[in-house]
Amino acid sequence: MVQLNLPANSKVEKGQYYKDKTGSKNIRKVNVYRWDPSTNENPRLDTYEVDMDNCSSKVLDVLNKIKNEIDPSIAYRRSCAHGVCGSCAMNMNGKNGLACTKSHSELNGDIDIYPLPHLKVLKDLIGDLSTLYKQYESVEPWLKTSKVNDKENIQSKDDRAKLDGLYECIMCACCSTSCPSYWWNGEKYLGPAVLLQAYRWIIDSRDEDRKERLKKVADELKLYRCHTILNCTNACPKGLNPAKAIAEIKKMLATA
Amino acid sequence: MSAYKIIDHEYDVVVLGAGGSGLRAAVGLSEAGLKTACVSKVFPTRSHTSAAQGGISAALGNMGEDDWRWHMYDTVKGADWLGDQDSIEYLCKEAPAAVLELEKYGVPFSRTDDGKIYQRPFGGMTKNYGNETVQRTCAAADRTGHAILHTLYGQALKHNTEFFIEYFALDLIMKDGACKGIIAWNLNDGTIHRFKSHTTIIATGGYGKVYYSATSAHTCTGDGNAMALRAGLPLQDMEFVQFHPTGIYGHGTLISEGVRGEGGYLVNSKGERFMERYAPKAKDLASRDVVSRSIAVEINEGRGIGKEQDHVHLHIDHLDPKVIDERLPGISEASKLFANVDVTKEPIPVVPTVHYNMGGIPTNYKAEVLTLNGSEKTVPGLMAIGEAACVSVHGANRLGSNSLIDLVVFGRAAAKRAAELVKPGMKHEEIDKNETDRCLDRFDKLRNSEGSNPTSELRLSMQKTMQSKCAVFRTEKTLKEGVDEIRRPYDGMDSLYVKDKSLIFNTDLVETLEFDNLIRQAITTMDSAYHRKESRGAHAREDFPKRDDENYMQHTLSWCNGSKTKINYRPVHRSTLTNDVQYFPPQERVY
Repeated sequence: MVQLNLPANSKVEKGQYYKDKTGSKNIRKVNVYRWDPSTNENPRLDTYEVDMDNCSSKVLDVLNKIKNEIDPSIAYRRSCAHGVCGSCAMNMNGKNGLACTKSHSELNGDIDIYPLPHLKVLKDLIGDLSTLYKQYESVEPWLKTSKVNDKENIQSKDDRAKLDGLYECIMCACCSTSCPSYWWNGEKYLGPAVLLQAYRWIIDSRDEDRKERLKKVADELKLYRCHTILNCTNACPKGLNPAKAIAEIKKMLATA
Repeated sequence: MSAYKIIDHEYDVVVLGAGGSGLRAAVGLSEAGLKTACVSKVFPTRSHTSAAQGGISAALGNMGEDDWRWHMYDTVKGADWLGDQDSIEYLCKEAPAAVLELEKYGVPFSRTDDGKIYQRPFGGMTKNYGNETVQRTCAAADRTGHAILHTLYGQALKHNTEFFIEYFALDLIMKDGACKGIIAWNLNDGTIHRFKSHTTIIATGGYGKVYYSATSAHTCTGDGNAMALRAGLPLQDMEFVQFHPTGIYGHGTLISEGVRGEGGYLVNSKGERFMERYAPKAKDLASRDVVSRSIAVEINEGRGIGKEQDHVHLHIDHLDPKVIDERLPGISEASKLFANVDVTKEPIPVVPTVHYNMGGIPTNYKAEVLTLNGSEKTVPGLMAIGEAACVSVHGANRLGSNSLIDLVVFGRAAAKRAAELVKPGMKHEEIDKNETDRCLDRFDKLRNSEGSNPTSELRLSMQKTMQSKCAVFRTEKTLKEGVDEIRRPYDGMDSLYVKDKSLIFNTDLVETLEFDNLIRQAITTMDSAYHRKESRGAHAREDFPKRDDENYMQHTLSWCNGSKTKINYRPVHRSTLTNDVQYFPPQERVY
């Protein structure tokens, strides 16, 4: 029988336990994935007892409370704190989302916080998104038009409405990192986030490069690795539907 | 500090920051053929420009007659005559072309029935020099900043701008009063990088996080402003901090002024539309300082809402749900998430919340940094743009939707000016080792802090002091107390505690460096406020309720060495740039 071995440092060990020091009667256990690249140690799961009587409503508030009051060494990305910058995407109780918009009251039991799945971890909850960013660049996310005058392009309300549900994407990567196809073929399959962005430019009535854009993504690996699993749509914290965008691209190619 | 591995780079220009202004500058520089590095502590689309909602102002006239001179008048009045009118003329005149350029880049603006860019009413924006409301604010629903930021990032990719992402800038490299580049720390691998450049453009945004409750992102720490202070340069008009009238009560999330532009209105606990009393003409669309003060008065006089009577209500439940869905989808989402309010049925609880810094690094309209050395002088090799800069187009109070236009107009102006000053491939000078050592000494000292005060405690103490002593209304007493109190967290750094000693994504150290940046700006803000004994725009002194043009038609300049400040003044520019428009002399400011 084939023996499969995981890399030594993929085993997550039991980490430190931080007992509550506030004497709170309302304690919640928060388990956080920790890994420090500057040591040779395995990743570990640290547990923090958090006083929920003095904690605001979102998972990001829990993490901030831990960082401010218990353990300043914990590392995660964060910025706007209201769901527009896309920094604090992570996996909470098994589901991807933005920590700043996810209410901890929606999570049952202990809170388990991990980095986005299947990314190379840089430290603790910080994943390496450089591949996804390169793929984003590859769809040439800028308007291609030959018009050179000092007036705006005219776009009807209906044509503009075609961009709704697409331009709102904040590139948090919750969708792509929830997609099994992207897990296995992430180097070659563009994944839902980038395909949604590709479609945003394909469908823009002002763009003159639609044919070329379609041709570029019409590839066994780049596009057709999508098997309509729909994890992407389920994961999107902005309520967008990348699976539909991908289906639209496939439809345009099939009917072209 | 030779222990740190230093990697050297040479660029014609370095842009520090990748928000709206930094990206627009980078695009222009790349177009001009200059070798450009864009250094940012966050991935570009994470920048705080993404949070701008309502729109970007420009007298396009898509929704009725408009004129850039009217826009200029509104901006001068909004600024309570503290703005430099040469710069304001430049801003308003260049604005329409800058917005059309963004549209050409691909920004998904909302549209009118005939397919043009949709424009909405906004606070303080009027027709014919203050006469009636005009629709001047170009919008992409209520996600205009997001749409612009992502589009500009795409343009920068198109022009092959070289990005250094998740690099935390530490200090400017100065030589004989000129800027020669920057030193930055690469969070990804822990290395230190020295960028030599002929021109450095600071585009690091505002410093809202000196306050406890702000719409600003966690990363709005004004790092570039603090770097300027450490380089011995002054900051300008720091006392002018804008409180946005409508942050969600208890959370601080921004609710766009576009809500009032589309017909939303404020009420107090008696159900009164109280803005009618304070601004009979403009009502809920008066300038932000006026609306914020009015709310504060309502609350102070016992007409606030809620158990603590400490907020007011913003209604849009009378609007057609279709309009809300089309033009204000983002605020519906935010209200649900952070106030648990269905805006089609209930009002949003709101309170004035710190939002924008009119103050910053003084520049002229070409984005060149200014200092006072006998008279007004430019600092060779250094520019500043965006919220980090004080051009000054916003003076004592910025009008809503004038910040996004500021980003792109002056981002473009900086690129143009840099292209005049720098020729591709010019030789770089040697940099004195002392500059690098001085910078890394500070870095190393903070990193190895073994005291007893965690950064988060010092930061909280700073934020609470700013919130209570330097708020919407100020007095001699609160400011005097503030001047003393704000130095305590600074002194607390003597016994600082940083737990994480590593160099890769050490966010404990990042936040400590950010605190070191914030506290210097908090001190200059408090001291500048203490010294300005008049009320003007966002700076409201209860003990000096009137504007004093005789003594204070001047920009405050504040230098800061450790916790010691030096305050000086330079006169407001009292002339326009060209003869296309006449200077608007100070008037009484009524909305």
